[in-house]
Amino acid sequence: MTTTREQGSDERVRHVLEFPGGYTRSTGPVIGRFLTGLRDGRLFGVRMPDGKVLVPPTEYDPRTAAALGTADDDWVEVGPAGTVTTWTWIAEPRADHPLDRPFAWALIQPDGADTALLHAVDAGEREAMATGMRVHPTWRADRTGSIKDIAYFAPGDGPAEVPPSETDLEPVSMLTVPSRLEYRLRGGTVWNRFIDGMAVGQIRGTRCSTCGKVYVPPRGVCPADGLPATEWVDLPDTGVLTTFAVNNVPAAGAPEVPFVCGYVLLDGADIAMLVLISDVSWQEVRLGTRVKAVWVPEEERTRSVKNLKWFAPTGEPDVPFERYEEYV
Amino acid sequence: MTGFHGRRGVAVVAFAQSEHSFSDLGWTEADLVMPLVNEVLATTGLRRSEIGFTCSGSNDYLVGTPFSFVAALDTIGAWPPISESHVEQDAAWALYEAWVRIQHGDVDTALVYGFGKGTVGDYAGISSLSYDPYYIAPLMPGDIGMAGLQARALKDAGFDVDPDPTPPPATDGAAAVILAAADVARGVCPRPAWITGLDHRIEPHSVGARDLTRSASTRQAALRAGVSAGPVDFAELHTRFEHEEPLLRRELGLEEDTVVNASGGPRKADPIMATGLIRIGEAAARIHDGSARRTVAHATAGPCLQHNLVCVLEAGEEAGEAGED
Repeated sequence: MTTTREQGSDERVRHVLEFPGGYTRSTGPVIGRFLTGLRDGRLFGVRMPDGKVLVPPTEYDPRTAAALGTADDDWVEVGPAGTVTTWTWIAEPRADHPLDRPFAWALIQPDGADTALLHAVDAGEREAMATGMRVHPTWRADRTGSIKDIAYFAPGDGPAEVPPSETDLEPVSMLTVPSRLEYRLRGGTVWNRFIDGMAVGQIRGTRCSTCGKVYVPPRGVCPADGLPATEWVDLPDTGVLTTFAVNNVPAAGAPEVPFVCGYVLLDGADIAMLVLISDVSWQEVRLGTRVKAVWVPEEERTRSVKNLKWFAPTGEPDVPFERYEEYV
Repeated sequence: MTGFHGRRGVAVVAFAQSEHSFSDLGWTEADLVMPLVNEVLATTGLRRSEIGFTCSGSNDYLVGTPFSFVAALDTIGAWPPISESHVEQDAAWALYEAWVRIQHGDVDTALVYGFGKGTVGDYAGISSLSYDPYYIAPLMPGDIGMAGLQARALKDAGFDVDPDPTPPPATDGAAAVILAAADVARGVCPRPAWITGLDHRIEPHSVGARDLTRSASTRQAALRAGVSAGPVDFAELHTRFEHEEPLLRRELGLEEDTVVNASGGPRKADPIMATGLIRIGEAAARIHDGSARRTVAHATAGPCLQHNLVCVLEAGEEAGEAGED
């Protein structure tokens, strides 16, 4: 997950939700066998209790939930040519679509099957598409056991030539699908005002007008009352450490291990804030330690929470537990 | 009232929705929901502490932030801890869970809310990730592509529909509803909208194994909710695409003179994850304001109307008693 501010943008940030390497899923025996067929350049279906053939197959009968495909005899080779049962034209393909030119999504019922699978049809133009038209798969050369081993379907009965692939491979049992979503986000007014404070080295909170509690980082709503908390409060950058953890597991973006993170109750706040604790060896960190923020030098500050580097002990006497136990 | 004998009478006693926005105004989940929660509480005169159960519906993928639904909890005053639940679905299903919860008999009121920010993300991509992860999601067909398959199938089957669907406007918004059981409902609402039928049904997720010219799940839910037991003054249908209306009209068994989506419907505002709950709220509001005696609301989820919920709402004391223990 990454978020970047774009230069010259309208205050919106680009936010990417991405899982490096993609989601990995086990296929189970039925989907795995179908995907193994695709890798071999062949289409298979399974027979349902009513004798009809389900493509693409699932482990259960869509009607009765009975187990499917448990016996070899239940498997039927179908197609590879088939008939379009419905379609829709995509005039402007996305970068993650199977084709980079206009195409149709279609439900395609392979010969010998009683249900249809979804895929792209490369018809060239919309006028070439029709319900009932015949299509055949165009197989990719580098097949891995994925629905995308079929690059797309092309008009006509074929022949559907199958580029040779590696043989003697284990049956497909896993599927890895990359996924990436992009967002354009705008910070809320509360967040923006907090960040404006951080830009000048000032920690700001909000106070609930009903119960008087002060929240930091600020929130627009008091979570205890469900009512607006919109009175702004400038808070000192000093407080007490209410709890902490010594981290020994390296993580991307985190400081070098071992590092200490902890909750600091700022003087005048009613909720502890998660921060880094530094300028002290991890063996010497204690609950109740008085701490003060360490900021990046003024000339290096940006409009970012990163201006606040960490909190460090002030050397004052520890705060007795009773004074902060409500906040632990 | 098929399936409703022996159930507690429960009514929608308040409904509020946001002034939906078609661009991102920087509102957080809490910003969207808080005014509505306070509005339905004010309408009923109920205090937060008098709400027995809270249930919400939303989808974290809409803004790409894990657990974004937790932020909305700020608005309901969840301290001291409350009885609360969440569905990663349209909040119409949160209302269903709340209705079931009230049937347990130990709580009399429930707050239901849903919210969605459709303007900040890529809904074609987000919807694709909610489809079959092996056979469909890798192709990224998106909600409009899937809708197009159904529109074409309906056109081919003789329906007078445009085979090229256009999506509703991307919308940010929210909605909130309060449900109350019989005695409480009468005390907080002059014209409670009694839920006299509520059911939801789902079809196989393989779109190619379904007949897209039918909506068997809508038909079954409508039958079990008792839609045809009386005249329907208004129906609010979760039609994100125009071609869905004639199909749903047929499967719900609506008469020609039943007015559909008098509110403007999802084609005018589609705050995803609240859109279905808004159908129930709008259908209830027609009873609250005295313009209808009997209304029907419908909500849907999944590709090509895969999962359908039907709710029948009625005015009058006898409607409240129909479901009484």
